[in-house]
Amino acid sequence: MSELARNWSNVIGILIVVFGFAALLSWIERRLLGVWQDRYGPNRVGPFGVLQIVADAIKLLTKEDWIPPFADKAVFVLAPAVIAVTTLLAFAVVPIAPGIGVVDLNIGLLFFLAMSSLGVYSIVLGGWASNNKYSLLGGFRAAAQMLSYEVFMGLSLMGVVMLAGSFNLRDIVHAQENLWFCIPQILGLATFTVAGIAEARRLPFDLPEAENELVAGFHTEYSGMKFGLFFIGEYVGIILVSAMMVTLFFGGWLGPLLPPLMWFLLKTSVVIGFFILLRASLPRPRYDQLMAYGWKVMLPLTLVNLLVTGAIVLALES
Amino acid sequence: MWNSLKTMWIIFLHMFRRRETIQYPDEKPFIPPRWRGRIILSRDPDGEERCVACYLCAAACPVDCIALQATEDEHGRRYPSFFRINFSRCIFCGFCEEACPTDAIQLTPDFEMGEYDRKNLVYEKEDLLIDGTGKYPDYNFYRVAGLAIKGKNKGDAENETPPVDLHSLLP
Repeated sequence: MSELARNWSNVIGILIVVFGFAALLSWIERRLLGVWQDRYGPNRVGPFGVLQIVADAIKLLTKEDWIPPFADKAVFVLAPAVIAVTTLLAFAVVPIAPGIGVVDLNIGLLFFLAMSSLGVYSIVLGGWASNNKYSLLGGFRAAAQMLSYEVFMGLSLMGVVMLAGSFNLRDIVHAQENLWFCIPQILGLATFTVAGIAEARRLPFDLPEAENELVAGFHTEYSGMKFGLFFIGEYVGIILVSAMMVTLFFGGWLGPLLPPLMWFLLKTSVVIGFFILLRASLPRPRYDQLMAYGWKVMLPLTLVNLLVTGAIVLALES
Repeated sequence: MWNSLKTMWIIFLHMFRRRETIQYPDEKPFIPPRWRGRIILSRDPDGEERCVACYLCAAACPVDCIALQATEDEHGRRYPSFFRINFSRCIFCGFCEEACPTDAIQLTPDFEMGEYDRKNLVYEKEDLLIDGTGKYPDYNFYRVAGLAIKGKNKGDAENETPPVDLHSLLP
Protein backbone atom coordinates (compact mmCIF):
# COMPACT_ATOMS: atom_id res chain seq x y z
CA MET A 1 0.00 0.00 0.00
CA SER A 2 1.38 3.40 -0.92
CA GLU A 3 1.99 6.10 1.68
CA LEU A 4 -0.80 8.30 0.31
CA ALA A 5 -3.38 5.52 0.33
CA ARG A 6 -2.49 4.63 3.91
CA ASN A 7 -2.86 8.26 5.00
CA TRP A 8 -6.24 8.56 3.33
CA SER A 9 -7.54 5.31 4.74
CA ASN A 10 -6.34 6.50 8.15
CA VAL A 11 -8.17 9.82 7.85
CA ILE A 12 -11.41 8.39 6.48
CA GLY A 13 -11.33 5.42 8.83
CA ILE A 14 -10.80 7.54 11.94
CA LEU A 15 -13.48 9.99 10.83
CA ILE A 16 -16.03 7.22 10.31
CA VAL A 17 -15.15 5.45 13.54
CA VAL A 18 -15.27 8.65 15.57
CA PHE A 19 -18.61 9.73 14.09
CA GLY A 20 -20.02 6.23 14.45
CA PHE A 21 -18.84 5.98 18.02
CA ALA A 22 -20.20 9.45 18.83
CA ALA A 23 -23.60 8.42 17.49
CA LEU A 24 -23.45 5.11 19.32
CA LEU A 25 -22.45 6.97 22.46
CA SER A 26 -25.79 8.77 22.54
CA TRP A 27 -27.39 5.34 22.89
CA ILE A 28 -24.73 3.93 25.26
CA GLU A 29 -25.12 6.95 27.49
CA ARG A 30 -28.88 6.59 27.74
CA ARG A 31 -28.61 2.87 28.40
CA LEU A 32 -25.95 3.37 31.08
CA LEU A 33 -27.86 6.20 32.74
CA GLY A 34 -30.88 3.93 32.74
CA VAL A 35 -28.91 1.09 34.28
CA TRP A 36 -27.64 3.38 37.04
CA GLN A 37 -31.11 4.72 37.74
CA ASP A 38 -32.79 1.30 37.99
CA ARG A 39 -34.34 1.64 34.54
CA TYR A 40 -33.62 0.00 31.19
CA GLY A 41 -33.13 2.97 28.88
CA PRO A 42 -33.99 2.79 25.18
CA ASN A 43 -34.31 -0.93 24.38
CA ARG A 44 -37.09 -1.06 21.80
CA VAL A 45 -35.58 -0.29 18.39
CA GLY A 46 -33.50 -3.16 17.09
CA PRO A 47 -31.37 -5.50 19.24
CA PHE A 48 -30.95 -3.93 22.70
CA GLY A 49 -32.22 -0.67 21.21
CA VAL A 50 -29.05 -0.04 19.18
CA LEU A 51 -31.07 1.20 16.22
CA GLN A 52 -32.30 4.05 18.41
CA ILE A 53 -29.42 6.04 16.94
CA VAL A 54 -30.84 5.49 13.44
CA ALA A 55 -34.24 6.67 14.62
CA ASP A 56 -32.61 9.71 16.23
CA ALA A 57 -30.65 10.48 13.07
CA ILE A 58 -33.81 10.30 10.95
CA LYS A 59 -35.57 12.56 13.42
CA LEU A 60 -32.75 15.13 13.44
CA LEU A 61 -32.43 15.15 9.65
CA THR A 62 -36.14 15.50 8.94
CA LYS A 63 -36.90 18.15 11.54
CA GLU A 64 -37.54 21.70 10.47
CA ASP A 65 -34.22 23.53 10.48
CA TRP A 66 -35.48 26.81 11.84
CA ILE A 67 -33.47 30.01 12.10
CA PRO A 68 -35.21 32.52 14.35
CA PRO A 69 -36.00 35.80 12.55
CA PHE A 70 -34.36 37.76 15.40
CA ALA A 71 -31.10 35.80 15.21
CA ASP A 72 -27.80 36.94 13.74
CA LYS A 73 -28.05 34.60 10.78
CA ALA A 74 -24.43 34.23 9.66
CA VAL A 75 -23.06 33.62 13.16
CA PHE A 76 -26.01 31.43 14.05
CA VAL A 77 -25.19 29.09 11.17
CA LEU A 78 -21.45 29.23 11.75
CA ALA A 79 -21.48 28.45 15.48
CA PRO A 80 -22.43 24.73 15.36
CA ALA A 81 -19.88 24.11 12.62
CA VAL A 82 -17.08 25.48 14.81
CA ILE A 83 -17.46 22.93 17.58
CA ALA A 84 -17.68 19.99 15.17
CA VAL A 85 -14.63 21.19 13.24
CA THR A 86 -12.46 21.94 16.28
CA THR A 87 -13.16 18.67 18.08
CA LEU A 88 -12.56 16.67 14.91
CA LEU A 89 -9.35 18.60 14.17
CA ALA A 90 -8.10 17.89 17.67
CA PHE A 91 -8.65 14.22 16.93
CA ALA A 92 -6.05 14.44 14.21
CA VAL A 93 -3.21 14.36 16.74
CA VAL A 94 -4.51 11.51 18.92
CA PRO A 95 -2.13 8.54 18.58
CA ILE A 96 -4.55 5.64 18.46
CA ALA A 97 -2.05 2.84 17.87
CA PRO A 98 1.31 2.46 16.15
CA GLY A 99 0.64 3.36 12.52
CA ILE A 100 -2.90 4.56 13.23
CA GLY A 101 -3.33 8.29 13.59
CA VAL A 102 -3.75 11.21 11.23
CA VAL A 103 -0.74 13.41 11.92
CA ASP A 104 2.25 13.09 14.19
CA LEU A 105 2.87 16.68 15.27
CA ASN A 106 5.79 17.30 17.56
CA ILE A 107 3.63 19.85 19.41
CA GLY A 108 0.59 17.54 19.42
CA LEU A 109 -0.35 18.31 23.00
CA LEU A 110 -0.36 22.07 22.36
CA PHE A 111 -2.45 21.52 19.23
CA PHE A 112 -4.99 19.56 21.28
CA LEU A 113 -5.16 22.30 23.92
CA ALA A 114 -5.54 24.99 21.27
CA MET A 115 -8.26 23.20 19.35
CA SER A 116 -10.27 22.16 22.37
CA SER A 117 -10.11 25.74 23.67
CA LEU A 118 -11.38 27.09 20.35
CA GLY A 119 -14.50 24.99 20.85
CA VAL A 120 -15.79 27.46 23.41
CA TYR A 121 -16.22 30.03 20.63
CA SER A 122 -18.92 27.83 19.22
CA ILE A 123 -20.86 27.98 22.48
CA VAL A 124 -20.39 31.69 23.08
CA LEU A 125 -21.20 32.64 19.48
CA GLY A 126 -24.18 30.32 19.37
CA GLY A 127 -25.52 31.82 22.60
CA TRP A 128 -24.90 35.35 21.35
CA ALA A 129 -26.32 34.88 17.85
CA SER A 130 -29.52 33.26 19.13
CA ASN A 131 -30.57 36.63 20.57
CA ASN A 132 -32.37 34.86 23.37
CA LYS A 133 -31.75 35.59 27.03
CA TYR A 134 -31.35 31.95 28.05
CA SER A 135 -28.96 31.30 25.19
CA LEU A 136 -27.01 34.40 26.12
CA LEU A 137 -26.81 33.29 29.77
CA GLY A 138 -25.55 29.92 28.56
CA GLY A 139 -22.93 31.64 26.41
CA PHE A 140 -21.84 33.82 29.35
CA ARG A 141 -21.46 30.79 31.51
CA ALA A 142 -19.43 29.04 28.84
CA ALA A 143 -17.06 32.02 28.81
CA ALA A 144 -16.87 32.13 32.61
CA GLN A 145 -16.31 28.39 32.75
CA MET A 146 -13.57 28.63 30.15
CA LEU A 147 -11.80 31.23 32.31
CA SER A 148 -11.99 28.85 35.26
CA TYR A 149 -10.66 25.64 33.75
CA GLU A 150 -8.45 26.64 30.85
CA VAL A 151 -5.48 27.77 32.93
CA PHE A 152 -5.15 24.75 35.14
CA MET A 153 -6.00 22.43 32.25
CA GLY A 154 -2.82 23.43 30.45
CA LEU A 155 -0.78 23.41 33.65
CA SER A 156 -2.05 20.01 34.74
CA LEU A 157 -0.51 18.45 31.62
CA MET A 158 2.90 20.05 32.06
CA GLY A 159 3.95 17.42 34.59
CA VAL A 160 3.40 14.77 31.92
CA VAL A 161 5.41 16.82 29.45
CA MET A 162 8.26 17.13 31.98
CA LEU A 163 8.36 13.40 32.61
CA ALA A 164 8.17 12.52 28.93
CA GLY A 165 10.38 15.39 27.83
CA SER A 166 8.26 15.97 24.76
CA PHE A 167 5.05 17.54 23.45
CA ASN A 168 4.74 14.77 20.92
CA LEU A 169 1.90 12.48 21.96
CA ARG A 170 3.55 9.36 20.54
CA ASP A 171 6.69 10.10 22.55
CA ILE A 172 4.52 10.59 25.63
CA VAL A 173 2.96 7.15 25.12
CA HIS A 174 6.38 5.56 24.58
CA ALA A 175 7.64 7.22 27.78
CA GLN A 176 4.98 5.27 29.72
CA GLU A 177 6.30 1.84 28.76
CA ASN A 178 7.59 1.18 32.29
CA LEU A 179 5.09 3.11 34.37
CA TRP A 180 1.83 4.76 33.37
CA PHE A 181 1.80 8.45 34.24
CA CYS A 182 -1.38 8.04 36.27
CA ILE A 183 0.84 6.98 39.21
CA PRO A 184 3.57 9.66 39.31
CA GLN A 185 1.12 12.27 37.99
CA ILE A 186 -1.89 11.39 40.15
CA LEU A 187 -2.49 15.08 40.93
CA GLY A 188 -2.18 15.94 37.26
CA LEU A 189 -4.69 13.21 36.45
CA ALA A 190 -7.16 14.47 39.06
CA THR A 191 -6.95 18.06 37.87
CA PHE A 192 -7.04 17.12 34.21
CA THR A 193 -10.15 15.02 34.82
CA VAL A 194 -11.96 18.00 36.31
CA ALA A 195 -10.74 20.26 33.51
CA GLY A 196 -11.63 17.67 30.90
CA ILE A 197 -15.20 17.38 32.11
CA ALA A 198 -15.50 21.15 32.07
CA GLU A 199 -13.91 21.22 28.63
CA ALA A 200 -16.39 18.69 27.25
CA ARG A 201 -19.17 20.66 29.01
CA ARG A 202 -20.50 17.53 30.62
CA LEU A 203 -22.41 17.17 33.82
CA PRO A 204 -21.57 18.12 36.55
CA PHE A 205 -20.01 21.05 34.65
CA ASP A 206 -22.64 21.49 31.94
CA LEU A 207 -23.32 25.05 33.09
CA PRO A 208 -23.76 26.47 29.57
CA GLU A 209 -26.52 23.96 28.87
CA ALA A 210 -28.10 23.53 32.33
CA GLU A 211 -31.45 22.37 30.99
CA ASN A 212 -33.19 22.66 34.33
CA GLU A 213 -32.39 26.37 34.64
CA LEU A 214 -31.79 27.68 31.12
CA VAL A 215 -34.22 25.62 28.99
CA ALA A 216 -31.32 24.24 26.92
CA GLY A 217 -28.76 26.98 27.44
CA PHE A 218 -26.80 28.03 24.41
CA HIS A 219 -28.65 25.77 21.96
CA THR A 220 -32.19 26.72 23.01
CA GLU A 221 -32.94 28.18 19.58
CA TYR A 222 -31.26 25.45 17.58
CA SER A 223 -33.16 22.70 15.85
CA GLY A 224 -32.64 20.04 13.22
CA MET A 225 -29.14 19.27 12.09
CA LYS A 226 -27.64 22.44 13.59
CA PHE A 227 -28.60 21.10 16.98
CA GLY A 228 -27.33 17.75 15.73
CA LEU A 229 -23.90 19.27 15.17
CA PHE A 230 -23.78 20.58 18.74
CA PHE A 231 -24.85 17.15 19.89
CA ILE A 232 -22.20 15.36 17.80
CA GLY A 233 -19.66 17.96 18.89
CA GLU A 234 -20.40 17.21 22.54
CA TYR A 235 -20.03 13.47 22.10
CA VAL A 236 -16.90 13.77 19.97
CA GLY A 237 -15.63 16.07 22.73
CA ILE A 238 -16.19 13.33 25.32
CA ILE A 239 -14.38 10.79 23.16
CA LEU A 240 -11.59 13.28 22.60
CA VAL A 241 -11.05 14.05 26.28
CA SER A 242 -11.24 10.36 27.16
CA ALA A 243 -8.77 9.48 24.43
CA MET A 244 -6.42 12.20 25.66
CA MET A 245 -6.70 10.98 29.25
CA VAL A 246 -5.82 7.48 28.06
CA THR A 247 -2.93 8.77 25.96
CA LEU A 248 -1.46 11.01 28.62
CA PHE A 249 -2.06 9.05 31.83
CA PHE A 250 -3.00 5.45 31.05
CA GLY A 251 -0.34 4.46 28.57
CA GLY A 252 -2.28 4.92 25.35
CA TRP A 253 -2.21 1.73 23.31
CA LEU A 254 0.28 -0.02 25.63
CA GLY A 255 -0.79 -3.25 27.27
CA PRO A 256 -0.15 -6.98 27.26
CA LEU A 257 -1.71 -9.71 25.08
CA LEU A 258 -4.37 -7.75 23.20
CA PRO A 259 -3.44 -5.80 20.06
CA PRO A 260 -2.65 -2.08 20.66
CA LEU A 261 -5.83 -0.86 18.96
CA MET A 262 -7.98 -3.01 21.27
CA TRP A 263 -6.18 -1.68 24.33
CA PHE A 264 -6.75 1.89 23.24
CA LEU A 265 -10.44 1.33 22.55
CA LEU A 266 -10.89 -0.58 25.80
CA LYS A 267 -9.24 2.09 27.95
CA THR A 268 -11.11 4.90 26.19
CA SER A 269 -14.42 3.11 26.69
CA VAL A 270 -13.75 2.71 30.41
CA VAL A 271 -12.96 6.42 30.74
CA ILE A 272 -16.12 7.30 28.79
CA GLY A 273 -18.09 5.04 31.12
CA PHE A 274 -16.60 6.95 34.04
CA PHE A 275 -17.74 10.23 32.44
CA ILE A 276 -21.27 8.89 32.16
CA LEU A 277 -21.16 7.69 35.76
CA LEU A 278 -20.21 11.23 36.77
CA ARG A 279 -23.25 12.49 34.93
CA ALA A 280 -25.47 9.95 36.65
CA SER A 281 -24.33 10.82 40.15
CA LEU A 282 -23.11 14.37 40.71
CA PRO A 283 -25.12 17.60 40.94
CA ARG A 284 -24.13 20.72 39.06
CA PRO A 285 -22.27 23.50 40.94
CA ARG A 286 -23.06 27.18 40.45
CA TYR A 287 -20.65 28.83 38.08
CA ASP A 288 -19.14 31.06 40.73
CA GLN A 289 -18.49 27.89 42.73
CA LEU A 290 -16.79 26.33 39.73
CA MET A 291 -14.74 29.48 39.27
CA ALA A 292 -13.69 29.63 42.93
CA TYR A 293 -12.89 25.92 42.85
CA GLY A 294 -10.85 26.31 39.69
CA TRP A 295 -8.78 29.25 40.83
CA LYS A 296 -8.47 28.56 44.56
CA VAL A 297 -8.10 24.79 44.66
CA MET A 298 -7.23 23.40 41.27
CA LEU A 299 -4.72 26.02 40.15
CA PRO A 300 -2.60 25.81 43.35
CA LEU A 301 -2.77 22.01 43.17
CA THR A 302 -1.44 21.97 39.61
CA LEU A 303 1.29 24.44 40.56
CA VAL A 304 2.35 22.25 43.49
CA ASN A 305 2.30 19.24 41.17
CA LEU A 306 4.43 21.14 38.68
CA LEU A 307 6.99 22.19 41.32
CA VAL A 308 7.28 18.73 42.85
CA THR A 309 7.56 17.01 39.48
CA GLY A 310 10.14 19.52 38.34
CA ALA A 311 12.18 19.08 41.50
CA ILE A 312 12.12 15.28 41.24
CA VAL A 313 13.04 15.33 37.54
CA LEU A 314 15.94 17.67 38.32
CA ALA A 315 17.10 15.56 41.27
CA LEU A 316 17.03 12.37 39.18
CA GLU A 317 18.99 14.00 36.38
CA SER A 318 21.79 15.34 38.55
CA MET B 1 -14.41 15.05 47.45
CA TRP B 2 -14.88 11.91 49.51
CA ASN B 3 -18.64 12.47 49.42
CA SER B 4 -18.62 12.70 45.65
CA LEU B 5 -16.67 9.48 45.28
CA LYS B 6 -18.99 7.71 47.70
CA THR B 7 -22.00 8.98 45.75
CA MET B 8 -20.52 7.66 42.54
CA TRP B 9 -19.85 4.28 44.10
CA ILE B 10 -23.44 4.01 45.37
CA ILE B 11 -24.81 4.98 41.97
CA PHE B 12 -22.51 2.40 40.36
CA LEU B 13 -23.89 -0.30 42.65
CA HIS B 14 -27.38 0.49 41.38
CA MET B 15 -26.31 -1.42 38.27
CA PHE B 16 -27.05 -4.63 40.14
CA ARG B 17 -30.43 -3.59 41.53
CA ARG B 18 -33.77 -4.78 40.26
CA ARG B 19 -35.19 -2.62 37.43
CA GLU B 20 -38.26 -0.60 38.39
CA THR B 21 -39.49 -0.41 34.81
CA ILE B 22 -42.51 -2.41 33.72
CA GLN B 23 -41.97 -3.06 30.01
CA TYR B 24 -45.54 -2.17 29.24
CA PRO B 25 -46.78 -3.66 26.00
CA ASP B 26 -45.00 -6.97 26.70
CA GLU B 27 -45.55 -6.95 30.40
CA LYS B 28 -48.90 -5.73 31.71
CA PRO B 29 -48.89 -3.67 34.89
CA PHE B 30 -51.10 -4.60 37.84
CA ILE B 31 -54.17 -2.40 37.80
CA PRO B 32 -56.21 -2.28 41.04
CA PRO B 33 -59.81 -3.52 40.67
CA ARG B 34 -61.16 -0.13 41.70
CA TRP B 35 -59.20 1.64 38.98
CA ARG B 36 -61.22 4.30 37.17
CA GLY B 37 -60.86 3.34 33.53
CA ARG B 38 -63.19 2.66 30.60
CA ILE B 39 -66.86 3.17 31.55
CA ILE B 40 -69.37 0.38 31.00
CA LEU B 41 -73.11 -0.12 31.48
CA SER B 42 -73.90 -3.34 33.32
CA ARG B 43 -76.91 -5.65 33.37
CA ASP B 44 -78.74 -7.01 36.39
CA PRO B 45 -78.57 -10.74 37.29
CA ASP B 46 -81.66 -11.38 35.15
CA GLY B 47 -79.84 -10.06 32.09
CA GLU B 48 -81.87 -6.86 31.80
CA GLU B 49 -80.33 -3.42 31.55
CA ARG B 50 -79.74 -1.86 34.93
CA CYS B 51 -79.89 1.70 33.69
CA VAL B 52 -83.17 3.44 34.45
CA ALA B 53 -82.24 6.59 32.52
CA CYS B 54 -82.53 8.89 35.53
CA TYR B 55 -79.97 11.35 34.08
CA LEU B 56 -78.10 11.57 37.40
CA CYS B 57 -74.83 10.53 35.78
CA ALA B 58 -75.21 13.16 33.08
CA ALA B 59 -76.01 15.75 35.76
CA ALA B 60 -73.05 14.73 37.91
CA CYS B 61 -70.59 14.69 35.02
CA PRO B 62 -68.30 17.72 35.42
CA VAL B 63 -67.36 17.77 31.75
CA ASP B 64 -70.78 16.96 30.31
CA CYS B 65 -69.58 13.99 28.34
CA ILE B 66 -72.63 11.77 28.96
CA ALA B 67 -75.72 12.11 26.78
CA LEU B 68 -78.78 9.89 26.99
CA GLN B 69 -82.49 9.81 26.25
CA ALA B 70 -84.99 8.10 28.56
CA THR B 71 -87.80 5.95 27.28
CA GLU B 72 -90.14 3.26 28.66
CA ASP B 73 -91.13 -0.18 27.51
CA GLU B 74 -94.76 -1.34 27.47
CA HIS B 75 -94.56 -2.46 31.12
CA GLY B 76 -93.36 0.89 32.40
CA ARG B 77 -89.70 -0.09 32.78
CA ARG B 78 -87.48 2.88 32.03
CA TYR B 79 -84.36 2.48 29.93
CA PRO B 80 -82.20 4.78 27.78
CA SER B 81 -83.07 4.79 24.08
CA PHE B 82 -79.54 5.97 23.43
CA PHE B 83 -76.62 6.37 25.77
CA ARG B 84 -73.52 8.10 24.55
CA ILE B 85 -70.22 8.84 26.31
CA ASN B 86 -67.67 11.06 24.61
CA PHE B 87 -64.38 9.65 25.91
CA SER B 88 -62.38 12.43 24.34
CA ARG B 89 -63.92 14.63 27.03
CA CYS B 90 -64.22 12.17 29.87
CA ILE B 91 -61.83 12.80 32.75
CA PHE B 92 -62.48 9.45 34.46
CA CYS B 93 -63.47 11.12 37.73
CA GLY B 94 -65.97 8.39 38.58
CA PHE B 95 -68.71 10.82 39.67
CA CYS B 96 -71.17 9.09 37.32
CA GLU B 97 -70.57 5.80 39.10
CA GLU B 98 -71.11 7.45 42.48
CA ALA B 99 -74.27 9.16 41.28
CA CYS B 100 -75.83 6.05 39.76
CA PRO B 101 -78.71 4.78 41.97
CA THR B 102 -78.85 1.38 40.26
CA ASP B 103 -75.12 0.57 39.96
CA ALA B 104 -75.59 0.49 36.20
CA ILE B 105 -72.70 2.71 35.15
CA GLN B 106 -69.33 1.45 36.35
CA LEU B 107 -65.67 2.23 35.75
CA THR B 108 -63.37 -0.66 34.90
CA PRO B 109 -59.60 -1.23 35.07
CA ASP B 110 -59.25 -1.05 31.27
CA PHE B 111 -57.20 1.96 30.17
CA GLU B 112 -56.13 0.94 26.67
CA MET B 113 -58.50 3.11 24.71
CA GLY B 114 -56.17 4.83 22.24
CA GLU B 115 -57.64 5.72 18.85
CA TYR B 116 -56.24 7.28 15.72
CA ASP B 117 -59.52 9.02 14.93
CA ARG B 118 -61.12 11.29 17.49
CA LYS B 119 -64.61 10.31 16.41
CA ASN B 120 -63.97 6.75 17.45
CA LEU B 121 -63.81 7.90 21.06
CA VAL B 122 -67.55 8.52 21.12
CA TYR B 123 -69.00 5.31 22.54
CA GLU B 124 -72.64 4.44 21.87
CA LYS B 125 -74.85 2.25 24.03
CA GLU B 126 -73.93 -0.94 22.18
CA ASP B 127 -70.26 -0.19 22.88
CA LEU B 128 -70.91 0.52 26.54
CA LEU B 129 -73.37 -2.20 27.47
CA ILE B 130 -71.80 -5.43 28.71
CA ASP B 131 -73.43 -8.80 29.30
CA GLY B 132 -72.44 -9.22 32.95
CA THR B 133 -73.17 -7.52 36.24
CA GLY B 134 -69.81 -5.84 36.70
CA LYS B 135 -68.66 -5.17 40.24
CA TYR B 136 -71.99 -5.91 41.96
CA PRO B 137 -73.04 -9.44 41.02
CA ASP B 138 -76.22 -9.72 43.15
CA TYR B 139 -77.72 -6.29 43.02
CA ASN B 140 -81.00 -6.04 41.14
CA PHE B 141 -82.72 -2.69 41.41
CA TYR B 142 -86.20 -3.79 40.37
CA ARG B 143 -86.14 -6.67 42.89
CA VAL B 144 -85.79 -4.24 45.78
CA ALA B 145 -87.78 -1.33 44.40
CA GLY B 146 -91.49 -1.03 44.99
CA LEU B 147 -92.33 -0.36 41.37
CA ALA B 148 -94.44 -2.95 39.58
CA ILE B 149 -93.01 -4.08 36.26
CA LYS B 150 -93.22 -7.13 34.07
CA GLY B 151 -92.81 -10.35 36.09
CA LYS B 152 -93.09 -8.60 39.45
CA ASN B 153 -96.25 -7.17 40.87
CA LYS B 154 -96.65 -4.76 43.75
CA GLY B 155 -95.60 -6.48 46.96
CA ASP B 156 -93.39 -9.09 45.34
CA ALA B 157 -90.12 -7.26 45.98
CA GLU B 158 -87.65 -8.39 48.61
CA ASN B 159 -88.53 -7.22 52.15
CA GLU B 160 -91.80 -5.83 50.85
CA THR B 161 -95.15 -6.77 52.39
CA PRO B 162 -98.07 -7.22 50.03
CA PRO B 163 -100.24 -4.13 49.65
CA VAL B 164 -103.23 -3.84 51.97
CA ASP B 165 -106.66 -3.57 50.39
CA LEU B 166 -108.03 -0.59 52.29
CA HIS B 167 -111.60 -1.31 51.18
CA SER B 168 -111.58 -4.70 52.91
CA LEU B 169 -110.80 -2.98 56.21
CA LEU B 170 -114.02 -1.00 56.15
CA PRO B 171 -116.54 -1.91 58.83
